Amino acid sequence: MYVAVKGGERAIDNAHAWLAEERRGDLDVAELSIAQIREQLSLAVNRVMAEGSLYDPDLAALAIKQSRGDMIEAIFLIRAYRTTLPRFGATAPVDTEAMACDRRISATFKDAPGGQVLGPTFDYTHRLLDFALAAEGDIPEAPQSEPRTEVTPHITEFLNQEGLIQTEVSSDDVPGDLTREPLELPSSRPLRLQALTRGDEGFVLSMAYSTQRGYGRNHAFVGELRIGKVAVEMDIPELGFAIEVGEIELTECETVNQFQGSKTEPPQFTRGYGLVFGQSERKSISMALVDRALRWQELGEDNMGAPAQDEEFVLYHSDNIQATGFLEHIKLPHYVDFQSELELIRKLRREAMENINPVQEAAE
Amino acid sequence: MTAENNRRSWMSVLAKAPAGRLLALWHELGAEPDFHWLRAPEIGATMVRGRLGGTGAPFNLGEMTLTRCALQLESGAVGHGYVQGRDKDKARVAALVDALMQTEQAEAVRATILTPLQAEMTAAKDTRAAKAAATKVDFFTMVRGED
Repeated sequence: MYVAVKGGERAIDNAHAWLAEERRGDLDVAELSIAQIREQLSLAVNRVMAEGSLYDPDLAALAIKQSRGDMIEAIFLIRAYRTTLPRFGATAPVDTEAMACDRRISATFKDAPGGQVLGPTFDYTHRLLDFALAAEGDIPEAPQSEPRTEVTPHITEFLNQEGLIQTEVSSDDVPGDLTREPLELPSSRPLRLQALTRGDEGFVLSMAYSTQRGYGRNHAFVGELRIGKVAVEMDIPELGFAIEVGEIELTECETVNQFQGSKTEPPQFTRGYGLVFGQSERKSISMALVDRALRWQELGEDNMGAPAQDEEFVLYHSDNIQATGFLEHIKLPHYVDFQSELELIRKLRREAMENINPVQEAAE
Repeated sequence: MTAENNRRSWMSVLAKAPAGRLLALWHELGAEPDFHWLRAPEIGATMVRGRLGGTGAPFNLGEMTLTRCALQLESGAVGHGYVQGRDKDKARVAALVDALMQTEQAEAVRATILTPLQAEMTAAKDTRAAKAAATKVDFFTMVRGED
């Protein structure tokens, strides 16, 4: 419980003035521009967009500058901003098959149509600090080859043609929206995916890692990972038809997991799915593993009591803004709460001392 | 191509175009025509959806910013602007282009603005596709065995 505490306005104003000065840092060093952050710290920008749940690279870059690089603070700023925006509608589900892929790899099929396209990846770098980056300099343009113009098919579709993997049944159901209605349990897979895609990268990664280490094991292959741009199409009521209102970068991960079968169905591979704003590979793979772990009931698996199988545990702890809000509030004034605790512990100690040493007490 | 498909196509180009290029090409067209607002530019968001497994039931992925407006030229043509991001100038110009495309100035507007924009956007997309193609792995198999 907290009560209103008055006073401190001058201290707060001065603290914020000092914050602004510290944010700027040494005046002899050039100030960062929003465009520099957007272009050169793009994976940080992507994370802020994904967890802020708002695709706008300029805003995410501004949030990173304002938060001095504190990612959760930046995500908080974006979440706060998005609540001020009127919602014009919802888009048609994005067609990830039509993605213009910068990267597309499969850990299951070497010779997949469309090939293994590495894209601008950190994979196979030696993870040695590159001191050449400490000096400014021009970089050569990346090599080019004959571009692919055909659509790059989804790998899981090849398995699906043989009936080897469970089919995702298409529908036009309107999905529930966490940002409009409070989460209720048991939830649904669409709601879980919404929570995971905006969930904290570290949390989702750790949950996914726990499944790999045996807490709700569901052995996953990365059937496909693709990164690239997709068009976003929306119905415009005043026009009576749909137009593309924009283009966004996405990372999609489809996992192929171990079999399910039943008395009526032969064994089939099962799926986990990750789809995240921006180039967000680690998050997307993590999301797919956790998605798959949470499907245990639907797929008739045993509840191992693993944290990643526990919908309530995962969904109520994945959001870093909820988490940090509750965590950080304990540093705010709790003077009255604490006063009552103080009185209580003094009373308990007095009583305990009387019990330990009644004679001495009586003598006094 | 039907008139509706045509309009869908140019509105989609305008929505995705880099704001700086759209405005620069707009200035090349000449003086801005007189118009009045039917809906002044407004910044908002749309909820982007995906599908479970890429092909299944829809789910909410997150929002993206949009700016929209509607205006009417003195000739009576109505233009709508729906563009990605938070840019009222871009939305205004998109709506003006949309309106002018319904007038006898359509060919000039197409030649000055839409054709170059589309060409630049296609070129940028092709360059990325060409860089991606250069990172495609060519596997070769080592021959091994006893004989």
